Amino acid sequence: MNNINTSERLKTTKASTWLADNIVTLIFVAFTLFGFFVSDGVTVNFFLTELSSRFFRNAFLVLSLIIPVVAGLGLNFGIVVGAMAGQIAIAIVRFFELGGVSGLLLTMFLALPIAGLFGYFTGNLYNKTRGQEMIASLIVGFFANGIYQFLFLVVVGVIIKVPANHPMIKPDGVGVRMSVDLVSYEDGGLKYALDKIWEIPFMWAILILFAFILLLQVWKILRNKKNPVLYRYNKTTTLLYIILSVVMIGISIYAISTNSTLMMVRKVPVITSILIAALCLFNELILKTKLGQDFRSVGQSQHIAEVSGINVDQTRIIATIMSTIFASWGQIMYLQNMGTLNTYGAHTQIGMFSVAALLVGGASTQKAGVKHAIIGTLLFNSMFIMSPEIGLSLFGNALLGEYFRTFMVYGVIGLALGLHVWRTNKSNEITLD
Amino acid sequence: MSDNLLSLKHVSKEYSGNKVLKDINIELKKGEIHALIGENGAGKSTLMNILFGMPVIHTTGGYEGTIEIEGKEANIKSPHDAMANGIGMVHQEFMLIPGFTIAENIKLNREITKANPLSSIFGKRLRTLDVKKMNEDARKALDTLDMNIDEFLPVAGLPVGHMQFIEIAREIDKTGLKILVFDEPTAVLTEAEAKNLLKAIKKLSQQGIGIIFISHRLDEIIDVADRVTVLRDGEHVVTKDVKDTNKYEIAQLMVGRKIEIEREEGINKNIVDETILKLNDFVVAMPGERVKGIDLEVKKGEILGIGGLAGQGKLGIANGLMGIFPAKGEVEFKGEKLPLNNPKAAIKSGLAFVSEDRKGIGLLLDVAIEDNITFSAMQINDDFLNFIGPIKLKDSAKIRNHANKMIKDLDIRCTSSMQEVGRLSGGNQQKVCLARALTLNPTLLLVSEPTRGIDIGAKKLVIDLLKQLNNEYGMTIIMTSSELAELRSICDRIAIVCEGKIEGILPPDAPDAQFGLMMSGSSNSEGSDA
Repeated sequence: MNNINTSERLKTTKASTWLADNIVTLIFVAFTLFGFFVSDGVTVNFFLTELSSRFFRNAFLVLSLIIPVVAGLGLNFGIVVGAMAGQIAIAIVRFFELGGVSGLLLTMFLALPIAGLFGYFTGNLYNKTRGQEMIASLIVGFFANGIYQFLFLVVVGVIIKVPANHPMIKPDGVGVRMSVDLVSYEDGGLKYALDKIWEIPFMWAILILFAFILLLQVWKILRNKKNPVLYRYNKTTTLLYIILSVVMIGISIYAISTNSTLMMVRKVPVITSILIAALCLFNELILKTKLGQDFRSVGQSQHIAEVSGINVDQTRIIATIMSTIFASWGQIMYLQNMGTLNTYGAHTQIGMFSVAALLVGGASTQKAGVKHAIIGTLLFNSMFIMSPEIGLSLFGNALLGEYFRTFMVYGVIGLALGLHVWRTNKSNEITLD
Repeated sequence: MSDNLLSLKHVSKEYSGNKVLKDINIELKKGEIHALIGENGAGKSTLMNILFGMPVIHTTGGYEGTIEIEGKEANIKSPHDAMANGIGMVHQEFMLIPGFTIAENIKLNREITKANPLSSIFGKRLRTLDVKKMNEDARKALDTLDMNIDEFLPVAGLPVGHMQFIEIAREIDKTGLKILVFDEPTAVLTEAEAKNLLKAIKKLSQQGIGIIFISHRLDEIIDVADRVTVLRDGEHVVTKDVKDTNKYEIAQLMVGRKIEIEREEGINKNIVDETILKLNDFVVAMPGERVKGIDLEVKKGEILGIGGLAGQGKLGIANGLMGIFPAKGEVEFKGEKLPLNNPKAAIKSGLAFVSEDRKGIGLLLDVAIEDNITFSAMQINDDFLNFIGPIKLKDSAKIRNHANKMIKDLDIRCTSSMQEVGRLSGGNQQKVCLARALTLNPTLLLVSEPTRGIDIGAKKLVIDLLKQLNNEYGMTIIMTSSELAELRSICDRIAIVCEGKIEGILPPDAPDAQFGLMMSGSSNSEGSDA
């Protein structure tokens, strides 16, 4: 049998699509840098503090979107439903005035079956709306919001009897208040229950992070030495990572030893970071299992998976359930950091924002990974921090920047979806050769 | 009985009252290569779907008859049952996931796994993939086929020949494989690749695997098969040892109809010796019906038939001429160059097309008959319009009159010209298509599959209409059809398309076997004198 040279086949990566693949990311990098140029009020400390707190608030939610993309369901706007499950759990725990670490664990434990059930239903819906999962997920969020409001505004008080003098119940005894204080963890509440378990200075976290990245690159190179064909790595990106890691390690050591102003950046919640890292690891490891392989098979071709005997519907439902559960936990992590439960508003935007963040990281409707989620969360939140500053310094009005935010969020989603359609059409085009 | 690996006994199948398989009996011995041949619609795919337990069969009421594997009755209800019974299939379209490595594809849904802490809690599906063992297994299967390609590379970008072998490797890798079905395996391969494949098939049969080989290429069947079964219109015609027969006979059995072809000679045909349409190296990229460079001349006033098996490219010719799919080459129409890839120009120059895809591009189903009939003429020729300054308005009266005339002339059965086309029967819909084409006053009419999906009575009416148009108005017609009998009943010449090229042009009264050989692409070798 004639054989094609292995190294020749590996060369077939196209450079021409690089710009199209990364256009969204590039826009955001440019925007953030532009913000630094035009506004003089933003100090590095302010920026990093804002960015790190926003990152730890949102990363888990963004990460919960990855599995559905791998399983071919596209961007799961339906994580809104998961967020509602998380909020229901929080409301229950808050009602009984539980809190602290044990209260937080209970919340997560309670959210698990609720989100699982919701995920099962949405998964079934996606199977019925095959090919339109993204639209379905968007609409299911709106629909679920109606039920959620009914539950919180009417059922609580009318069907479930609650004392009217409870701080989270409206004074007339029916329905939950617009915003519910989650009570600081020191007073036995949920606020910062996770974040304040253990905190370390920002620069220490940077040091640990980049030391880890450096080790990872070394491991990659060693693995490649062992079997150059099976374990490939991109030389330039690896080199860039190494340089970046060394520089960042240098800066952090310098900052720590001289106790510079960078040490004033808000401290980093360790347990939250560990949970985020665990989900990153889970998303990677799940792909190495049979289930993950099924996700990938189904994601690449439902027909072929079906013919090979994979239960396509069930696999898709599992992916949705997982995503919904992670989203519910993500929302709990988000709210314990916020400190107040905005009962009727906290969940409504997270679908859009998380999806936008993932897309900013360079993901598409068919390809998403941990890297996209992390980079995306950082860049997207940078934009959030910078846009009021840009509005203020360019137009003398911070509100204009706020408008710009909204424009960017929807613009990014629109652009990413447009690019996706454009690319699919291009690859489906019938040509003479 | 014990030497029969597989026996199909009295297998029948009907789709909503329409018998597509009638009492089929096939036996497959160990190590035998059994060829299955038949025209489109002869029932090959249905038979294989039954054997493979495809959902199509069981959602439409199952089948009659029994399937025995090694003497024991097997109840095959799903592809999974089929696999459990040792039946493997190499599909015509590849069941490969491009983004996966070769090993992953070979091991698709049969991945080797090992336990990890999570899997002991959450069950089997969370077991880790044993990539190393999977690669080893894949290597072994590939080695059986003498493939020295790296198993850990992605499938995307491999030549089709390799992909086919990966499909086969997957089947070999399944433990207990007894029967392997090849569905038109060489259709997409180059000659050298096909040779390799046939060699591999022979090798597999020597290992005791029973092989069912579906192909329309007679040469290959003669070359590789031990026995051949011919199906025609869902009936089991004959099963013969290949050494007792020849391709001439097989071809005849495949095409031969019991019904005599009725053909009244053209009363006052006046085919002028003037070429109206000339194709030179004409290429069309119609998916599934590629035309790969044909030369063809059409004389003024004739009915030219284009026949051939499905997927060979006969439908591509008309679609390419009309600019529906990308085409290139030289086309001369009425002595002038015809611009390609431009439907509007094609219609303007005097071509009209009755598409094989009646409901897709032929008709606006939710729109009234009269609008369907006049739609193209309005768009292209500005007929049936009133002009008020820059505004164009429909001339309803003129449309109504014309539609009514057409309805009368073509005998379209409808309540009125305002009835929605979607409500009409297939035959009447086809007549509306014809009416619309005729409204354009074409010099050359292209008709594709004019009788597909319409009942026998309507078929005759449509055919008669075409004949009438040709006889009385001298309209040149190119008729593309899968039904050879139909072509032979009205065409003056019949071009047979095979693998995207014109295999040959035959008079309608040529013998069955000659048509059969041409459709199988083996006309230019010996055997036609038998």
